[in-house]
Amino acid sequence: MATITLSRVSKDYGGGPVLRGIDLEIREGEFVALMGPSGCGKSTLLRLIAGLEEPSGGQIHIDGRLVNDVAPKDRDLAMVFQSYALYPHMTVRENMSFALKQRRLPPAEITQAVEAAAVKLGLTNLLERKPKALSGGQRQRVAMGRAIVRNPKAFLFDEPLSNLDARLREQMRYEIRKLHRELGATSVYVTHDQVEAMTMADRIVALNDGAIQQVGSPQDLYDTPANLFVAGFLGSPPMNFLDATLAADGALVVEGQTLARVPPPAGLAPGATVTLGLRPERLALADPAEGVAARVDVVETTGTGQVAHLAIGAQRLKLFTMDGRRLAPGEVVGMVVPPDAPLLFDPGTGTRIA
Amino acid sequence: MNKTFARVLPRVLHALALAAFVAFALFPLFWLLKVSLTPDDLMYGEGVRLWPSRVTLDHYGAVLRHSQFPLFFRNSLIVSAATGLLATAAASAAGYAFSRFRFRGKAWVVGVMLISQMFPLIIIVAPIFRLLAPLGLTNSLTGLVVVYTAFNTPFAAFLMQSFFEAIPKDLEEAAMMDGATRFQALRHVILPLTLPGLAATGGFVFTAAWSELLFSLMLNSSAAVSTFPAGLLGFVSKFSVDFGQMMAAGVLALLPVGAFFLLIQRYLVQGLTAGAVKG
Ligand SMILES: Nc1ncnc2c1ncn2[C@@H]1O[C@H](COP(=O)(O)OP(=O)(O)OP(=O)(O)O)[C@@H](O)[C@H]1O
Ligand SMILES: [Mg+2]
Repeated sequence: MATITLSRVSKDYGGGPVLRGIDLEIREGEFVALMGPSGCGKSTLLRLIAGLEEPSGGQIHIDGRLVNDVAPKDRDLAMVFQSYALYPHMTVRENMSFALKQRRLPPAEITQAVEAAAVKLGLTNLLERKPKALSGGQRQRVAMGRAIVRNPKAFLFDEPLSNLDARLREQMRYEIRKLHRELGATSVYVTHDQVEAMTMADRIVALNDGAIQQVGSPQDLYDTPANLFVAGFLGSPPMNFLDATLAADGALVVEGQTLARVPPPAGLAPGATVTLGLRPERLALADPAEGVAARVDVVETTGTGQVAHLAIGAQRLKLFTMDGRRLAPGEVVGMVVPPDAPLLFDPGTGTRIA
Repeated sequence: MNKTFARVLPRVLHALALAAFVAFALFPLFWLLKVSLTPDDLMYGEGVRLWPSRVTLDHYGAVLRHSQFPLFFRNSLIVSAATGLLATAAASAAGYAFSRFRFRGKAWVVGVMLISQMFPLIIIVAPIFRLLAPLGLTNSLTGLVVVYTAFNTPFAAFLMQSFFEAIPKDLEEAAMMDGATRFQALRHVILPLTLPGLAATGGFVFTAAWSELLFSLMLNSSAAVSTFPAGLLGFVSKFSVDFGQMMAAGVLALLPVGAFFLLIQRYLVQGLTAGAVKG
């Protein structure tokens, strides 16, 4: 178990900054998800922690020890690669023993550790197989097994589930969580999948363009996103963003209709334009006579409910509803916005105002 | 009936074309064998026929007992094996560096190595001779090993580089995370996976050294350090060519190369197609 501390860590491969001044404290036993779109620098950050890349600036501490110049092998971290990186010429048993052999543990101890891990992951019958004789899901388990036999200070995962089909992914999400609860080891988990980040992490680190956008619990990020990026990244269907004007009395006006009334935030001139963020599931349907008039464009059925694509004047938004009412394209419906639903963002900087 | 015919015909043609190619490629070898077994008195007496009416092993006996061929053969074996080992070792190290490290001047090193492969070697025979003579490396097997290693390493290094490229970086990174140094990762993980590549490269270099004539002829004049391709020329005298013995020597010279390829062919088939299929 370990704490990992990054201070002002930056990385440049030579073609411009990939990470800019990352400050992050990962606590002992915590499960942290590094989440962001492709190319934002998640893997780079993980590899810096692993020691597979050297930072261009800043410091990395593991358990209080500066590790900038410490080789990966001496950091005692285990990494699960997206490609699994199983040693193809070794059996599952040899794959899982490799790290322990490097440490020159007695063979009896190695056998015992490998078999215990194999039981935990349901690999007992596969121990003598080579990786090429395994299914994708089994390979994934071996990669996990190789990490847990070592009992390392921390686990690093780089999108470990992205090569699995949806059902298997869901199951492994659960199993990784369960393992984490049993082992209690600090884990850093890279993913571009907001569902994985939301469901698995104690804390999410939202990254974009090499910089941290927000750090917090999944619920924090969901309810009070720091900016448009975080707001738009979490949630499915994603948050609606509308151009609105904020009247002096706190009325949010979109295309001439007042959607909701909020306590006017300080520092905004009356009549200012804002970006209004509304989560589709916070919106409710009403009679056309009540609420805001919106025209139904397209209706998608999800099974649990319907996603209605609505148009208010020239602006579009989505509404998710579970009431069984059948919506028809072209129909005009009323829409009600609860007073605590609106999030206001500065349209210039993207940061949240209220 | 017609349909079966239409389906079989392409396959028959395919097989015929292959057979023709194999016959074309192997015919010289067959002729080598045939002449080596033909008794001297039938060599010209029977005209051109596929197989002599009588065969003999006399030429082989003569070559092995009364010529210097066993010496040439031994020299060739020493030079080729040493070159094979040295060039493959150097090429592996260079190929690994090319595929894994970024370093200053990499493009230059690659460029120079490419250039060294571009011109006919005959141009530099004289300078090489001038270079080696004061060092006592002419008329020496060591000299040949040095020259062969130098000229085979660039291509072998590119070959090895492509084998290393086919091995995902993740594997050695995983090994390093698992507590291995880069060198241990290389030894325990990368090396076992490049065995086919090493075999292919070793075979290539061995064969190149085995059949090299130019430098062997130019740098070494003493029979004691002749390799067999230079030695074979000894069967051509001013007045006659002893074809029977020459061919017998040729057949014998094929043996180690043949044996070597038989030994590594399992790796070779894998090696030459490595990277073609992900797996
Ligand atoms: N070895 C490298 N040399 C040069 N640039 C690199 C290297 N590795 C990554 N980059 C660049 O750094 C940026 C971040 O890459 P990184 O792999 O960290 O992204 P990521 O967030 O993991 O993306 P993905 O979700 O696609 O894996 C990218 O623009 C990438 O092109
Ligand atoms: Mg990545």
